[in-house]
Amino acid sequence: MAFGASISKAMDEVGGVARFTGRFFREWFRPRYEFREFLRQCYMIGYTSLPLVGITAFIMGLVLTIQSRPTLAEFGAESWLPAMVGVSIVREIGPVITALICAGKIGSSIGAELGSMKVTEQIDAMEVSGTNPFKYLAVTRILASTLMVPLLVVLADAIAFYGSYLGVNIKGVTSMHLFYSQVFAKLTYNDVIPSITKSFFFGFAIGVIGCYKGFYTQKGTEGVGISANSAVVVSSLLIFILDLLAVQITDILGLT
Amino acid sequence: MNASSQTMATPDAAFTGKDLVIEISHLKKSFGSNHVLTDFSAGLHSGENLVVLGKSGSGKSVLIKCIIGLIRPDSGIIRVFGKNIPDLSGPEIDEMRVKVGFLFQSNALYDSMSVRENLEFPLRRHGGTKSKEEVSQIVMEALNNVGLPETVDMMPEELSGGMRKRVGLARTLILKPEIILYDEPTTGLDPATAREIDNLILDVQHKYNTSSVIISHDMNCVKLTSNRVIVLVDGICYAEGTYSELGKSQDKKIRQFFE
Repeated sequence: MAFGASISKAMDEVGGVARFTGRFFREWFRPRYEFREFLRQCYMIGYTSLPLVGITAFIMGLVLTIQSRPTLAEFGAESWLPAMVGVSIVREIGPVITALICAGKIGSSIGAELGSMKVTEQIDAMEVSGTNPFKYLAVTRILASTLMVPLLVVLADAIAFYGSYLGVNIKGVTSMHLFYSQVFAKLTYNDVIPSITKSFFFGFAIGVIGCYKGFYTQKGTEGVGISANSAVVVSSLLIFILDLLAVQITDILGLT
Repeated sequence: MNASSQTMATPDAAFTGKDLVIEISHLKKSFGSNHVLTDFSAGLHSGENLVVLGKSGSGKSVLIKCIIGLIRPDSGIIRVFGKNIPDLSGPEIDEMRVKVGFLFQSNALYDSMSVRENLEFPLRRHGGTKSKEEVSQIVMEALNNVGLPETVDMMPEELSGGMRKRVGLARTLILKPEIILYDEPTTGLDPATAREIDNLILDVQHKYNTSSVIISHDMNCVKLTSNRVIVLVDGICYAEGTYSELGKSQDKKIRQFFE
């Protein structure tokens, strides 16, 4: 019985998110365009996430290199280290780790902010002042998140390369020119394009789930915490599901 | 006993015969099995302060949220300036909302914006093309009207409850609405601050010639601000009249508010 109720609740949630996404596409093109708020959200989502994403990417590149070296050395393939790390970062680790960090930082922040606005009637106040709160609050955040996450992924990849370069030089001497030559020699458009494409979907998922959870917050201040928390959990899960789909699609299209 | 049988003598004569700016008839709204408004009918005359009196959970806030279009009624008619709110499209209702101000019980000031930005927000959207100086002047005028010009660059969390209420009222007034809906304007305030808000409501009525619906169960507020009072019981307009007329009623359901 309880299992049935959980399934029904989950289906309700999926339906709710689908309707919310549909509303986003309907409202996106219609004036009035909230350009100023969109730019503010780009700053909040993109610029303020950069330090966290940058530090994580640097450590990620460094650790991945240090941990991969012994295995490659065992097979006498140590010279492949920059290329292997480069491909791993671009194809998978960069987009997924950056998206997960953004789900934690941006998803929770959007869920909590909109949830708090909901329970303190600020969203209603916006509506009665003749402003469409969905356009002003949700559309701007979803668009900003969709555009900023891929940018953060590109920056994270670049910073992770530098971390990897330092990692390579811990137990050896490789010039920066040689390191980057080896990385880019193995990278192709088939690595870069699917990776950037899926980053847009990750950003979109983070924005939609954060806004949906915030807009439908219930149970007062307790609900704000629940919204923030479930925004992170659901968007993280969705990132993995989207990643799985992206891998399957690139495989079917022969972009491997 | 029905609503009409409880209607008191003629309400404030100053408003009878004036145009009805809001007409509500046979309004029904339920949330699941909770029937909040069962058959509510009432009207608001131009320039009048109408207080809706009722117990907590009686549907007072639902009523004004139906008037402003935040909640869709199950059935019934709500005409504001002759237009039926449930029939209006999104843009039409947005246009209507410019003429109808709403002061929320929680003030609903935008936390992430300063007082100035809170007041500029509706102005930027509906105030036409105004220069920065003009906008600033209107904001300062609105704050002067509520006696808080010094708060212009403060954030909402720096304000006391009474100050937040006044800033909320300034934001409501900034587009010069013709109707104002007050949702429990004095709830949570100390008696002195509550009286200041009551006086502000009267000042607004006289200065801007607004018509208002005031939701309250603060009897001092009701006494001071009302031209007419409606008692909302069991989802219907159980009784209406002036404060003094209703105060003389022997009906138990009415007397409970006056004792």
